[in-house]
Amino acid sequence: MFDDLQKRLSTAIGRFKPRGVLTEANIKDGLQEVRNALLEADVNYKVVQEFMARVSERAVGAQLIKSVRPEQQIVKIVHDELVDLMGEPDTSIRFDKSGPTVVMLCGLQGSGKTTTCGKLARMLMQSGRKPFLVAADLQRPAAIEQLKVIGQQLQVPVFSQADSDPVKVCQGSIAEANRQGRDTIILDTAGRLHVDDDLMAELREIEKKVKPHVVLFVCDALTGQDAVASATAFNKALELDGVIMTKLDGDARGGAALSVRRVTGVPIKFVGMGEKLDKLQAFDPHRVVGQMLGMGDIVGLVEAAQQAIDQEEALRQQEKMMKGKFDLNDFRNSIGQMKKMGSIGELIKMFPGLGQMDLDIDGLDAEGEVRRLQGIIDSMTPAEKADPHIIDISRRRRIAAGAGVEPADVSSLVKQFDGMAAVFKQMAQMTMLDKIRAMTGLGKAGAFNPGAKLMAPKIGTGKRLSPKEKEKLRKLREKEERKKRREERDRGRPDDKGRPRP
Amino acid sequence: MAFKDILERFKKGLAKTAQLFNVRSWFGRKVDQAFLDDLEGKLIQADVGVKATQRIIARVREEFSGKEADDDLIAFVKLELKALLTDAQPGTLATAPRKPTVILVAGVNGSGKTTSIAKLAQRLKDEGNSILLGACDTFRAAAADQLAIWAQRSGSDIVRGNPGADPASVAYDACDRALARGVDVLIVDTAGRLHTQSHLMRELEKIRAILQRKIAGAPHEVLLVLDATNGQNAIRQAEVFTQSIACTGIVLTKLDGTAKGGVVVAVRQVLNLPVKFVGVGEGLDDLQPFDADAFVESLFM
Ligand SMILES: Nc1nc2c(ncn2[C@@H]2O[C@H](COP(=O)(O)OP(=O)(O)OP(=O)(O)O)[C@@H](O)[C@H]2O)c(=O)[nH]1
Ligand SMILES: Nc1nc2c(ncn2[C@@H]2O[C@H](COP(=O)(O)OP(=O)(O)O)[C@@H](O)[C@H]2O)c(=O)[nH]1
Ligand SMILES: [Mg+2]
Ligand SMILES: [Mg+2]
Repeated sequence: MFDDLQKRLSTAIGRFKPRGVLTEANIKDGLQEVRNALLEADVNYKVVQEFMARVSERAVGAQLIKSVRPEQQIVKIVHDELVDLMGEPDTSIRFDKSGPTVVMLCGLQGSGKTTTCGKLARMLMQSGRKPFLVAADLQRPAAIEQLKVIGQQLQVPVFSQADSDPVKVCQGSIAEANRQGRDTIILDTAGRLHVDDDLMAELREIEKKVKPHVVLFVCDALTGQDAVASATAFNKALELDGVIMTKLDGDARGGAALSVRRVTGVPIKFVGMGEKLDKLQAFDPHRVVGQMLGMGDIVGLVEAAQQAIDQEEALRQQEKMMKGKFDLNDFRNSIGQMKKMGSIGELIKMFPGLGQMDLDIDGLDAEGEVRRLQGIIDSMTPAEKADPHIIDISRRRRIAAGAGVEPADVSSLVKQFDGMAAVFKQMAQMTMLDKIRAMTGLGKAGAFNPGAKLMAPKIGTGKRLSPKEKEKLRKLREKEERKKRREERDRGRPDDKGRPRP
Repeated sequence: MAFKDILERFKKGLAKTAQLFNVRSWFGRKVDQAFLDDLEGKLIQADVGVKATQRIIARVREEFSGKEADDDLIAFVKLELKALLTDAQPGTLATAPRKPTVILVAGVNGSGKTTSIAKLAQRLKDEGNSILLGACDTFRAAAADQLAIWAQRSGSDIVRGNPGADPASVAYDACDRALARGVDVLIVDTAGRLHTQSHLMRELEKIRAILQRKIAGAPHEVLLVLDATNGQNAIRQAEVFTQSIACTGIVLTKLDGTAKGGVVVAVRQVLNLPVKFVGVGEGLDDLQPFDADAFVESLFM
């Protein structure tokens, strides 16, 4: 399930030992793997076919780069093309200046509309808006009650009329919102199948009467091939302004995101990352593409970490990760940092490889667990920390006694560390891909570039860098720039469009 | 018969014709790579998945390569699929030798657990059983209210806890009530959870353990509710839920849309987990015993 694309490609392409350039013959099997990986990620069959034609066009004839394995080069092409297809992230919501802004949510049954209404209300409140929730689902039992509970949790008023019809409820809500001085109306509509003509007509009726400023389609990330059918139908009926993908907190590869985006052209604006109301995030194409390819999400880790970790330490760890050097000392620090982040499990799950690992910190007493792990590491000698594999039975007993735990706990910690180390190695390879970009000119200049983002971490809102931190960042960037230039000069070859480099 | 029903039937009839036409249009074609690619496309678009599809394709290639596609080929593919999917007793559930029979229901968020429980309650009620529902979803807003409304509509009894209460304690109380009242069937609703949330999976195991401890042989059925619109992730769902609470069957919901639910073919290749029922709407009567024949037909539509 989690065998990542790169590994699969290396077997498929390795057989052909391509030299010099990629040709149709030597990448055929490799591209087949790409195709299968995308299909397994639930990208729509037709979208995959079209996409593969694009990728193959890009890949065939590409010069091989000595310092990089061909499969890495292909992964890079695939990655860039996918990110490109996903389009620029656009999380804007246009507010009406003359009166309340009406946002309407729609989608299939159980996709997460009601929960997302709550999440949106919370997010808008944080940016100073005054949301107003409208219970327009009169179909599902206790749907009104559900929204009321959510409204209570957020202290946001909820408008409802039990014995009415959805169109009237939505119409009535506008006047009431005005009366209460609320500026953003969020309509929670009932889930419906796109083939249910009556209910689709009802939605159009709401749209006609209420004229929502923003219509959002809530799409379940677990959706398979059918995603394009439903999204297309809703888009046809309502002219969607955006899509919200929910349930991306699990291990779904989320291919539906790509399909929906490709087929409707409607941008994905937000993603739902959990059941709680604070689990709504801006859509990040890199993150979703990484998930789709099973490559883990280093950008996501770094971003989440930044909210809690101090910048200096984060930078130091990033450098180490990239070099694939990460010892128990770092492990100790990083779990210490993680403690600050609320739920460690959540962070861990963002990594395909790690999600599988038995690093179950989620429901546990995270504080206690972190303290325990740190205690174990603290009982080790520097040599043991640098290379935990030298820990034999007698060392294990000593460490356990020192930390007041069982010897088995020591082995399990080493195992956890190994699991992490493997992932960090993988990450190191990922940033490698970025170096390829510099050499081949394959990437789209700047904008979508996981590596670049890594090198210059985006700082979470509200947190400012000290001059020292800024300086450090700048140096790191310059170093990378210099390296790129050096590599380009060394190669001095035309770019992928056949034009000589400027 | 209401006009809407007549229309429904008409539509279904039309769909059948379309499908016959579709399948027939393959006849006379040579079974070559292009043909197999088409067949593959059909199955993948029905969410059968790459691996499961490739297995089927390999069998067809073996038997029919170079021949002409005809009735035999279609029959062969269907037979392969049906053999995989057929359940000895579709639509029947295990019953306890001594009351109550306990059915535990689980699945990911929004898959249709609560609604399926309501439908199942109605069905078992119609067969003459008395029903108690255990509202062990204490997490989602108004989840117990939702189940309570269904309980009322289907004439079932319900045990519920306070929002945020320990679901295992609600299961405990439900068992007590079921034993005290001598009800025939206890159906336990649980909160939706993604199988990657290991602490929530442990919570589910705890619920199961309580049922087991309180009532001999319980749970007699553990039903996994899968959403037919789901893609390949359903395989992981089935694997992890089964590992955790030993599922005995699947309820495949939302088959009234355009999604085919073909992923259950892949699920069946890795697990011996039969589809027991399918959900075909939001009403109490919209639950049908799984019909492997009809299901397989629809995969090719
Ligand atoms: N069209 C259709 N809708 C269904 C079917 N089964 C359930 N639904 C709808 O899907 C939505 C979710 O159903 P629920 O029964 O609440 O799902 P659940 O799994 O209990 O959801 P959570 O408890 O929130 O995880 C509701 O709007 C149901 O009406 C079905 O077979 N067909
Ligand atoms: N794990 C997870 N669950 C979600 C997310 N969004 C919604 N849910 C859950 O999905 C289920 C259905 O959500 P609901 O908002 O009732 O869907 P609706 O029927 O479309 O209104 C509930 O159990 C929610 O808690 C998400 O982003 N992640
Ligand atoms: Mg809802
Ligand atoms: Mg439920």
